[in-house]
Amino acid sequence: MDFLIEAFKQAFFLIVNLDRELLEIILLSLKVSLSALLLASVLGVPFGAFLGMKDFTGRSLIIIFLNTGMGLPPVVVGLFLYMLFSRSGPLGFLNLLYTPTAMVIAQFILALPIVASISQASVRKVSPIIKLTAKTLGATPFQIALTLIKEARYGIFTGILGGLGRVMAEVGAILIVGGNIAGYTRVMTTTIALETDKGNFELALALGIILLSISFLINLLLYYIQKKEIRTNL
Amino acid sequence: MSLKLVISNLWKGYRDKTVLKDLSYVFDEKKVYVVMGPNGSGKTTFLKICALLETPDKGEVHYYNSTNKILPKDINLLRKITYVFPEVGIFNTSVFDNVAYGLKIRGFNKKEINSKVEEVLDFVGLSHKKKQNALTLSSGEAKRMGLARAMVIKPEFLFLDEPTAFVDAENVKLIERLLIQIKEQKTTTIVIATHDSPFAFTVGDEILKLENGKILG
Repeated sequence: MDFLIEAFKQAFFLIVNLDRELLEIILLSLKVSLSALLLASVLGVPFGAFLGMKDFTGRSLIIIFLNTGMGLPPVVVGLFLYMLFSRSGPLGFLNLLYTPTAMVIAQFILALPIVASISQASVRKVSPIIKLTAKTLGATPFQIALTLIKEARYGIFTGILGGLGRVMAEVGAILIVGGNIAGYTRVMTTTIALETDKGNFELALALGIILLSISFLINLLLYYIQKKEIRTNL
Repeated sequence: MSLKLVISNLWKGYRDKTVLKDLSYVFDEKKVYVVMGPNGSGKTTFLKICALLETPDKGEVHYYNSTNKILPKDINLLRKITYVFPEVGIFNTSVFDNVAYGLKIRGFNKKEINSKVEEVLDFVGLSHKKKQNALTLSSGEAKRMGLARAMVIKPEFLFLDEPTAFVDAENVKLIERLLIQIKEQKTTTIVIATHDSPFAFTVGDEILKLENGKILG
């Protein structure tokens, strides 16, 4: 019990004193996860919106694939990318293995299905009368699409934040493709895994507390977005 | 003479029911045409086909310009026609932004949008609600907002489907007054589908009775 209390004390000490190593790890984590999320949003929102607006053969199959992707095991993504980026792999010449870029790609793959699938469902949920109204007011097909995305904005934000929650918390994929190199590819989750293994609970706990705080903030934001959506739809 | 709508030999059916049978008509004046008929008589179908929102099974729907040339069904024509549904489609934003929508997509600048929207909101008596989320309006206010949103883009053809449905007596009177004012400006051809007779006879210049798929009078 004493060692637990001592570990918590040390962890708070590291957070309060803004330990340099801790700060570097947090910043890299945010940089990798936010870059992956930005990419996933830039591609996932328009793709999801397109799926939500159009009916075509194969649409259901794409949605099933996306939904499957939402539960994709991170270690499988890591394994797949490792095979691609390893020296003897087809993309080995890019020298991406054990780099932050590889970690961004891995997290992008994990976030994309969440962002696209929830965007699809949110745009699909917009009342058909909105599309017709935009059309009768003279909107072009592109302007109609933008209007539908705007109407589905709360749902889309929920998808983006859901994607952020997933990538911030994942460890399997980035551990495999990033390699957990100190000062280069070491992020919060991989550090927690490593330090726990070594028995250094202080740093692991400090990072755990920060991760939990970020998760809390994401959920707080989600709560307010959903509350706002409910209020405006009354 | 400006935009004219000519429909000829229109047929439209759903499954085994034919709602419009060889129907022809010309809308060529800036006045209020009211299409009346019992439920299921095809008023909405007729209006939607006229507004190019639906296609007929058979027959022709053509808009002509002042030189009697058929206009292609492109965005330039579509922007001269607008349609207000019985249940007004409301964007999840303020009353002001809802009304400004048609102007924004046409590329008007902020100053022009402000003055036009303020003017039309004043016209329909909703100036005091401009900052309010439009989803919180009453059904009567929503109808007036829908009318304002359609009027601000100065359409040549305005189609109103059941404009007095779900509206209290006070708002019906307000809508009547607004339509009479619009009609006095003689800039828009208004086509209304309704089964509200007192309203039809108050605002209408021409009453078209739709029965058994035909216009009777």
